[in-house]
Amino acid sequence: MIPAIYLCCIGAVLEYKNVHSIIPPCKFFCSILNCNSSHLDLAMSILEKLRPKFWNHVPRDIPKSKDQFNFRRIWNLAVLLTAGVALLPLTIMTVIHYQVTQNAIESEIHNHTYRLVRNTWGTVSYFLGERRTVLDLIAQDTTFEELNDPSHLSAILKNLKRRLGGLVDLGVVNSSGRQTSYAGPYKLTNVDYSDQKWFKEVMESGVYTSDLFLGLRNIPHIVIAGKYGLTGGSFYVLRATLDIDTVNNALYRLELSGFGDAFIINKEGILQTPSRYHGEVLNKISLSVPVYSSKAQVLDDKDPKGEPLIVGYAYISDTPFILMIVQKKGELLKPWYKIRMELIWFLVISITVILLVTLGVVTYLVNRIYVADQERAMSLHHMEYSNRLASIGRLAAGVAHEINNPLAIINEKAGLIKDMFTYKEMYSEDKKLIGLVDSIISSVNRCGTITKRLLGFARHMDVSIQPVNLGEVIHEVLGFLEKEAEYRSITVSVDVPDDIPQFESDRGKLQQIFLNLVNNAFAAMEEGGRLDIKVRRKDEDSIWATVSDTGCGIPKADFERIFCPFFSTKTKKGGTGLGLSITCGLVQEIGGDIDVHSEVGKGTSFVITLPLKRKKEGK
Amino acid sequence: MRILLVDDERELVSTLAERLSFRGIDADWVISGEDALKKAETETYDLAVLDVKMPRISGIKLKGMLEAKYPDMKFIFMTGHGSEDDFRAGSANAYYLVKPIGIEALVSKINEALALDT
Repeated sequence: MIPAIYLCCIGAVLEYKNVHSIIPPCKFFCSILNCNSSHLDLAMSILEKLRPKFWNHVPRDIPKSKDQFNFRRIWNLAVLLTAGVALLPLTIMTVIHYQVTQNAIESEIHNHTYRLVRNTWGTVSYFLGERRTVLDLIAQDTTFEELNDPSHLSAILKNLKRRLGGLVDLGVVNSSGRQTSYAGPYKLTNVDYSDQKWFKEVMESGVYTSDLFLGLRNIPHIVIAGKYGLTGGSFYVLRATLDIDTVNNALYRLELSGFGDAFIINKEGILQTPSRYHGEVLNKISLSVPVYSSKAQVLDDKDPKGEPLIVGYAYISDTPFILMIVQKKGELLKPWYKIRMELIWFLVISITVILLVTLGVVTYLVNRIYVADQERAMSLHHMEYSNRLASIGRLAAGVAHEINNPLAIINEKAGLIKDMFTYKEMYSEDKKLIGLVDSIISSVNRCGTITKRLLGFARHMDVSIQPVNLGEVIHEVLGFLEKEAEYRSITVSVDVPDDIPQFESDRGKLQQIFLNLVNNAFAAMEEGGRLDIKVRRKDEDSIWATVSDTGCGIPKADFERIFCPFFSTKTKKGGTGLGLSITCGLVQEIGGDIDVHSEVGKGTSFVITLPLKRKKEGK
Repeated sequence: MRILLVDDERELVSTLAERLSFRGIDADWVISGEDALKKAETETYDLAVLDVKMPRISGIKLKGMLEAKYPDMKFIFMTGHGSEDDFRAGSANAYYLVKPIGIEALVSKINEALALDT
């Protein structure tokens, strides 16, 4: 389940990034892990919740300027740089540490094997050398005649067995290759060795050490022999058969880790001592025979199955023997593998933590920048809006004032005509003339009402707190839209009960609030719509004002965003997305609250709660 | 009862004077503050109807000047700008009419102002 969601998250992230081409592999993983589309949906919904506000930010529809932030780009850059700066040194240090540790451990394994080979080589060499020295001593201390005395020879052998051990028999061979005297378990007196290879070799080089052989008792033995001179230029050969159990035991007792194996082979690769893993005694080993070296060596090799091995070896001088210690590299490196796994886990956890922290911090900071930028843009627009409104107000006031003067003249002139008709009897009976003059005066009065209203409206923009009659404000605002309502057959009803008292508030802001809401309602309605403005007492301290229309309504999905700055469904028709945002801001500034109820196709109601007693200015 | 009408719009002020005369009110008219001061020196007026905005000497300033010289004189202001609210501060004890003014409203204000005096 967890990996399924994890993989789905990866898939969702990719989809999130619009990399649709990589989605099929994720779905493939999902199918392997038996996760269905609900997991994908779950992952998507998790990501949807985690998605920061700025992610879907669309740059404002204004000419590109330095002030415009591309938040996704900032986020990407910040994540890449921060994560890069943190992860690069970590990764480099981990790789270096990995290499150094691995090299140190491998070097330690080689050194250990080398020391082991050296020590064991010493033991084996000592065993053989000691027995060879014994032969030399016997030859030196004992005359040829004494050696040819079987009882004397037997006594020597008995002594040696007791004191030294490892000897099976002793024999004296004369210069013609015949064994003249023999002490041991077999009857080998008078055996002719003249044709034997070992005899020829001992004749040539003076000493001889045989390969391992089983002998008559079927027990592995080696033979050592030495050539000793006699007075008169003749010579004899003293030979001894060695029981190599001592060597075997010494090799067997070696403490070797990693399926280690210590044994001796001859130069043809035939095993001279038992091996644990590389064959039977007197069989050829499965490994290649290492090249000659006068010193102990350690090298990397592979067994026939391809498994890496550490092979330590040393040629034993004056013998055909090669001491070998073979260990499985994989087994020796097990502790290292454990450390390596810990290292990898450390790296993975570190990277995960760094990435999570980076993502979290960068997202938080970019979000803060985004919010600050939105607020900055909002207040700039708010200022621009207020300035524009104030300019329009001043313009309107100027126009109204300028028009008022000629209007006053028309008024007075028409009035004078009327006076003349009224006060002079010759005209007073002419009803038609009086009617015409009345009509002029009534039109002038209408114009006067408009200019007075304009002047009043413009003036209130600059004035702050004063006693306000909400009904008056609403009627004043509607006064500007009466004609439009008439042309579009929109029924407008205002219901302000008498129990709504005057209250202290900012008249200009109230005018703007209602003007914006009524304008929005008009924009949402087709011909023949209905606009209801109701004011109700909520409680002692506050009232409700509801502006309802029978317009197109607002989809539920947009509810949360309609009060956000720059959210508009009318951008192509010149909407700035600021109307409701500014309205909301104005309502809050006068200590009120605004809420919306809407149903698509049926209409929208904006409910404003206004305090009757003023709190501290603004929120 | 003599009334002085002061407004920079000659057409307006002359017509107004004529209309008032139809109603039995004797009104003189001038088109600037300077002319008004001169006129006030030669004639005695019970009441002055002043336009608020005039070149050089504004209605408010003129009211101050006339009031200083003729403390008994009453004043009614006419303006094409604003309404009563923003005028309260600068025009205490004065009447206020927004252009275009109704003649009946003016007459009633005149009567009202002068009645206070009597």
